[in-house]
Formats: sequence, structure tokens, C-alpha cells
Amino acid sequence: MKSLLSAADLDRDEATAILDTAVRMHAIQTREVKKLPPLRGRTIVNLFFEDSTRTRSSFEIAGKWLSADVINVSAKGSSVSKGESLRDTVLTVAAMGVDALVVRHHASGAVQRLASWVDCAVVNAGDGTHEHPTQALLDAYTLRNRLGSLDDRHVVIVGDITHSRVARSNVLLLRTLGARVTLVAPPTLMPSGVSTWPCTTSWDLDETLSGKAFGDVDAVMMLRVQRERMSGGYFPSEREYAIGYGLSPARLDLLPDHAPVLHPGPMNRGLEISSLAADGPRSLVLDQVQAGVAVRMAVLFRLLAGSGEEVSV
Amino acid sequence: MTGSARVPAAAPNSGANPKSGPTSDQRLDASPILTAAVLSASDVARILDRMSHQIIEQIAKVEFNAVLLGIPTRGVPLAHRLAERIRRFADVSLPVGSLDITLYRDDLRIRGVRPLGETSEPDGGVTGRTVILVDDVLCSGRSTRAALDALTELGRPRVVQLAALVDRGHRQLPIRADYVGKNLPTSAAQSVRVSLDEVDGLDAVYVIDSDTSHEDAS
Amino acid sequence: MSIVLQGAAPLGGKPTDVLIDGDVIAEIGSGLSGDRIVDAHGLVLLPGFVDLHTHLREPGREDTETVATGSAAAALGGFTAVHAMANTTPVADTAEIVEQVWRLGIDAGLVDVRPVGAVSHGLAGEQLAEIGNMARSAARVRVFSDDGRCVHDARLMRRALEYVKPFDAVIAQHAQDPRLADATACCHEGEVSGRLGLPGWPAVAEESIIARDVMLAEHTNSRLHVCHVSTGGSVEVIRWAKARGISVTAEVTPHHLLLTCDLLGDYDPVFKVNPPLRPPADVEALRAALADGTIDAVATDHAPHASHDKDHAFAEAAFGMLGLETALGVVAETMVATGLLDWAGVADRMSVRPAAIARVAGHGGPIAVGSSANLTLVDPSASYLVDPDRLASRSRNTPFAGRTLPAQVVATFLHGEPTVLDSALATVRA
Repeated sequence: MKSLLSAADLDRDEATAILDTAVRMHAIQTREVKKLPPLRGRTIVNLFFEDSTRTRSSFEIAGKWLSADVINVSAKGSSVSKGESLRDTVLTVAAMGVDALVVRHHASGAVQRLASWVDCAVVNAGDGTHEHPTQALLDAYTLRNRLGSLDDRHVVIVGDITHSRVARSNVLLLRTLGARVTLVAPPTLMPSGVSTWPCTTSWDLDETLSGKAFGDVDAVMMLRVQRERMSGGYFPSEREYAIGYGLSPARLDLLPDHAPVLHPGPMNRGLEISSLAADGPRSLVLDQVQAGVAVRMAVLFRLLAGSGEEVSV
Repeated sequence: MTGSARVPAAAPNSGANPKSGPTSDQRLDASPILTAAVLSASDVARILDRMSHQIIEQIAKVEFNAVLLGIPTRGVPLAHRLAERIRRFADVSLPVGSLDITLYRDDLRIRGVRPLGETSEPDGGVTGRTVILVDDVLCSGRSTRAALDALTELGRPRVVQLAALVDRGHRQLPIRADYVGKNLPTSAAQSVRVSLDEVDGLDAVYVIDSDTSHEDAS
Repeated sequence: MSIVLQGAAPLGGKPTDVLIDGDVIAEIGSGLSGDRIVDAHGLVLLPGFVDLHTHLREPGREDTETVATGSAAAALGGFTAVHAMANTTPVADTAEIVEQVWRLGIDAGLVDVRPVGAVSHGLAGEQLAEIGNMARSAARVRVFSDDGRCVHDARLMRRALEYVKPFDAVIAQHAQDPRLADATACCHEGEVSGRLGLPGWPAVAEESIIARDVMLAEHTNSRLHVCHVSTGGSVEVIRWAKARGISVTAEVTPHHLLLTCDLLGDYDPVFKVNPPLRPPADVEALRAALADGTIDAVATDHAPHASHDKDHAFAEAAFGMLGLETALGVVAETMVATGLLDWAGVADRMSVRPAAIARVAGHGGPIAVGSSANLTLVDPSASYLVDPDRLASRSRNTPFAGRTLPAQVVATFLHGEPTVLDSALATVRA
């Protein structure tokens, strides 16, 4: 596997291998000397066209703990405004001789596009509303740690699905790992064509969390709702959204005891998630953050440590 | 005494050590290459007995303050077997752990990315103690070098020693084993395969005349 | 100097000789001779194509195309007249600018360039542009369009439909309700847009504007032309309106006859166009509508773009595809090879009706003695490999790169003079 552009790039074996490798990488985080040698001499560039302190530093730490040289290039505001094409921007960076580009861009498909222009490995750190494969991997890793196997588990994802790359990647990856997914959102925030996706959907959060709609729930993932969506007329007010689709304390009680709560962050407390849900015993939010480094180490290791040619595992 | 002519495929879930269940690329393939086993199961048992006594003799000098660290895959069941014998012969329980060296190999680019084995710290850790690395075959010495680097993850031993079931020569680094089960002179074109009951379903050691790509880098 | 086309098949009919003398067809018969002979055996003779919708980018973006390079592309595509859209920089909303474009066309001398005037000043959609002055100018504008933008305000559209009546001109609408499909919309709203995470461009954004505009055309008793129809729903509205006697005409682009929205899967901006590519059902409906005449004309919407405007993420890339040099091939593949249109039908949709809609004298006429000699010779059995580097256009953004299309333009004659011979531009004339 040369690049990781979409969660669909991973079959079950490859996804499982990444999660298993991440277990090993996770152990490093508690050691005094947080350094492993396999990527020594490799150069990784974080090319971020969209701000993200959290994801960028997660990738930076991951690369450094594997002994790679990591460079951050912030391309936000460049390219389009200066008249320089995306292609020129990327080729200029890649020409310096990088082994891998970790790219985040505000437009869907941008990372897939630019991967066709370069020879190095490319990791999609989030492209527009399309995909965020390493987020899905760390979510799966976190869930697997809590629940054991993901086979036949029922995961509910709630929020602005239309504009969520986290949702898209998770639907694909969870299915690959044997889980089933239900998406919950108001009709205005459900993507067109969602009926063709490998998941079930519902407009009713209570029916879904209680198990009445699609069976017992094993985990809930809340997505951030951007307040700007109100100006696009997607829902009338924050209050109404919270009442209809927020993870309130009452809704937490609908869940089976074992079901954890996830959120990719950053959270809008009081809007899509109550503080009780965010900070309570069910919450795996901090685990997710920790998992991010281990999973990204695993991805970088699997993409770069080998010869770069097709190697059988 | 020679064993069967055909290198066997592994039996699933056999053996005493449940921790390192073999994955498909760790079990020996049922290769159609006909070979002769140079060591049989009873040879292996006798060799392990002797190695255990040698180890006991040495670590007695440090009041048995030692641990066994097996290098996956087959170093791990070997380490357990040595520990079991040491317990039987000297009534001493040495802690056993495993030390995965994949991340420290210098040949990842050639061999490619492989699944990682398990690293588990022996009870009481390694710092300040005598660590005996256990591997099945010692050849170039690169695995041992990687193991010495990997050890830094676990701590700072007082002394590090190496026990190898088979030493087939062809060293590329200044590395030597402290405890050797059997010296097997081989040509560079040959490779040595150790088969263990816990991993492969039966105990034996084979010398393979092959030009296959399973380069023996240990 | 007279030219004889020997053995040509007018509209695909019986082969005969056609003599061009001066700027007219002088004689049609057998055994004709003239000063110059063009061997047209096996070739189909059609009236020169008239494009209702082209972007020549001059003034303002001469790096992507000029009137001269666009004219060359047009002539090679078999066109003898093209309508140059008004969304240039500055916008063609005054007599001075349309006359400038008109003159550039004469200087290039390869095709009759008919400037389109803006409907609204600056394409801002607020106030009428100087429609009368443009109509009265030397450019004699007869088609007005804010193409690129929709004339969204119902009152402005009504005023425009009324105002052009004395000039026998037509308003050509780019149907896209900006409240349903704004400037970021770039992918047909449906399964593909949802999966790829691209902002959707729903069919209803086009259909609802057309529905409103045909009612306005009826109410004002005026003519309406619909640009680049892209959905089956739009076709049905137009069919209904025509049955009711409303004066509406419509055009379809070659790319909407052939390409579908699943091509967007790789996010390649060469497939980004406005209106977007649609699903196969819409493509089928468009072909059927062109065949039965509900859609009157093929118009290329030729839209050159520099690579630095296309080499971006899909949502940020410029909209538009080249079309002049590949139009015939695509029509041949989608309509002739499938039996939906014969060559007479192609002549009707690519020349006769567009000339009538835009009131272009001398083009789209019958192949008969006395007609202006604006003609094109097509080899129906040839094939043409689309190579972006060998196009006459200054830009390279063709979605058909690497495809082999059937049929090829062999020669084009503008007012009796050859502009293209042997599929290449004829040598420079005085």
C-alpha cells in the first residue's frame, strides 16, 4: 500500500494489521525514551491547507517518535490567492525530496488529486467533507480496546453527516471491520444518496439509542455541528438542534451499560453533546486523542518502513 | 537419527505457549523441497537440557538475578522451555519475557513491512539484571544487534548474554553467543530452519538447500 | 476564383458536384469544373455549423483563447459562424465592446463572429444593459445572455424579454437558481455528490428557472432560448411549453450528450462544467429530445481555461470544457452512429435552426443554387483521435482527450473561401 487516501483503501486484513501495529506503538507512549528507529532518515512533510493544530501535532509526534524528520508547511491561504495552482504548490514541496506528504485540504478530493502528481507516499489528513481515514482508524482502535472485537457491533453516528468526513470514513471502515452503522441526523443534514451507503439511517435519535429502531447500540459517536450551518438554513436554532439531536443525560440513560461515547473533537458542549456525556465514565474522548498518535505511527510505519514496492505481508 | 524428509506445515494452536500463536507467515510452509532433518526431536531435547545446565552454572554467579527474553517467533517458546528446565534442575524460577525486534531491523526496506511480534516485559523488569536473549538461529548477528537496540525500550540490564539453539556461522557483525546448542556449519546458499512443536507442530532442525528468497538474516 | 467540390453528398444524399463561385453556390450537377478542384468523393456536404454558445475570452483572458485562436478552432470544427458570449473582461455590455469583438472576428477572417450582448449591466443581474445600442451597432447583436450567471430576478427577466422585441432578438438564459445551486455547487446532486463530498447542483435548480421563464415568455409574448439544457426534467418543461405554443428554443452541449457524472469519481477538474454532468438517464433524455426536435440545437459552450485555473482541487477549479473541435465527432458518435439523427438532421440541429434562432443571415441555408457558400465537408467514415496538444485552441481542457471519435471535418468554406482544407487551416489569405 503506497498511500492512504480513503478508508476504502483498506481491506479487513490491512486495517487489522494497522490496529495491531498501533497497539505496539501505543506502548512507546509510556516509556521514558519515546523513540523507535524504523523511519530514521525519512522526511515527512505535513502540508496543511486547512488549520488544524490537533491533527497536525498528532502526525508530527507520530513521525518524530519513529525517528523521521518532520517538517510542517502551512499552505493555508497560499495557492489559490496567489494564482499558484494546487499542482505547483505540491510539486514545489515534493521536489525537495520528501518520502511522505501528510495533507489536509479544505476541498473534497484535493488529496486524491495531488497524490496523482507525486511519487511519494501520501496520507490524507482530511479533505473537505470527503474523508479522514486516520480518524476512522483511531476511532476503531479506541472502540476495539473498549469493546474487544468489532464484529457485529452496532455503532451509531449522530450529527451533520452531510458535511462530515469523519462520518464517511467511519461508515466505510467500521463496515470493513465487521460492524454495522446507523447514521442519525435531521433530513437537511443527511447526504444525498445516503440510501446507497452501507449503513442504516434514522431521523429519530431516541428510537435509535433505545434500540427500538435498529437493535441494541454498542457505541455512540457524536459529530461536531458547526454553528455556521444555521446560516445555511439547515436547522432553525441551536436550541432546537440540541433538543432533537443532542446527547443529553436522558439519552445517555437509553444506552446499554457497556456502550461508550466518542467524539472526534472539538466539542460544542451543550449543542451536540452535554458535559455529562463528554466528561462522564462512558466517554472515550481522551482515549481517542491518545490513540491518534499510536494509530498515526502505525500508518506511517506501514507506508514507509518497507521498500515502497508491493510487498506481501 | 534423521527425521521425516518433508518439512511439515504447522499444526494450529499446538504447544505450550499460547502467547505466540503462529500467523500464516510464521509457520513453516509445506515446502515441496525435500530435506533431511539434521536434528531430531530427541536431539533438540538433549541440547536444551545441556544449555540449561550451562545457564544455571553461569547465573549462579549472580545469585540467579537473571531473566530470559525470547526473540519472536521461535525464541519465545525456546525461552519458556529453558525456564522450565532451569526450574526443574535448579528449583529456580527465572522470569520470561519476549522482545520483538521488527522495529529495529536494518533490513525492513528489503524484507518489507511485517506484522509486529509481541514485546512483553518479564516480571521485575530488566534493569540491573542479567538478560539472556534467546533465539533459534544465530547467523549474521543482525537480529542480535537489533535486539540489543530494542532492549533499550525495556531498561538498562547489567549484563546481556545470548543463547542460540543453532549457530550456523556467517557472522557479519562482531557478535557471539554465550550459549550455543549446536554448531551447524553451512554454506551461504543454505538456510537453517528450526521447527518447534509450539509453532510448527513438531521439533526438528533442517538445513535447506534452496535459492528461495527466505533470506536467513538472523 | 471558383471551386468545385466533386462527388460531394449534400446532407448525405446522392453524390454530386457543387460549384462555388464568389460567395455563393453557383451550380449543382455532374461533371462540373472550376478553377480549383476539391475531391469530395465519399464526403458529406453540410451547411457550415453555427454555434450559439462559445467563449472566446477576448478581451481579458487572451492567455486562454483569443478571437483569432477560437476562430481557428471553430473553422476546424466545421463552424462558419459562432456567437461569442459576453462574460469577458470587461463585460460585453456596450456597443463599443461588442464592436471590438466583431472587428477582431473580421480580422481573423476564419469564421463569422457574432458577439452576444449581456442582458444586465456588468452581468450583475440588476439593471438592463444597453441592449438597444448593441443591437443597432455594427455588430448587430441579436442574442443577449448573462451566461455564466442566471438572470435570477423575475422582474429583470420579464423586462428583458419585453425589451428585446423591437430588435427581433432573443434572451438566452443560463438556468441556475442561485438559491438552490450557488457558485460552489459543482456536482449533480445525487449519489455521486453525497459519496464524494462535493457541493450538490440539483436538477431542480435548472428546471425551476426554465419553468418560470417559459411562463414569462408566454406572458410577454416574447422569445426565449434556453442555454445548455442538462436534465430530463428540463426537457419535459420545454416540451410542455412548445406544445402550448410558447416561443421557446433550446440547445444542448456535445458533452452533455456523451458524458455522465460518474466520471467525477477521480475528482478530475477536466470534467467540471456548469451545468454539471448528469446521470445516464438524463443523457438518454437529452439525446431523445435532440432527435425529436424538442431541443433545437447543439451548441458547444466552448470554455477554454488555462491549466493553472484547472489544476486545483475540484471545488476550486474553473468550470468549463473545450468543444469547438470535437463537436462534430461527439454528435456523430452519440446521434448519428446510434441512428437517432441522419446527416440532414445534423445539418438542421447544428446549422439551420441555430441560424434561425440567432437570425444569422447567410448561414444555415439550403444547399441550393444561390445560397451563400458557408459549407463544411465531413468524412463520415474517418475517425479522429483527440490529442490535446494538437488542438488549435490556445487551451487544453478537453474532456475527450485520448478518445477516438467518428467522423472528421475535411474542409470548411466561409463565404466561398476555404478556411480549412484537408482537415487543416487553409493557407493565409490576404
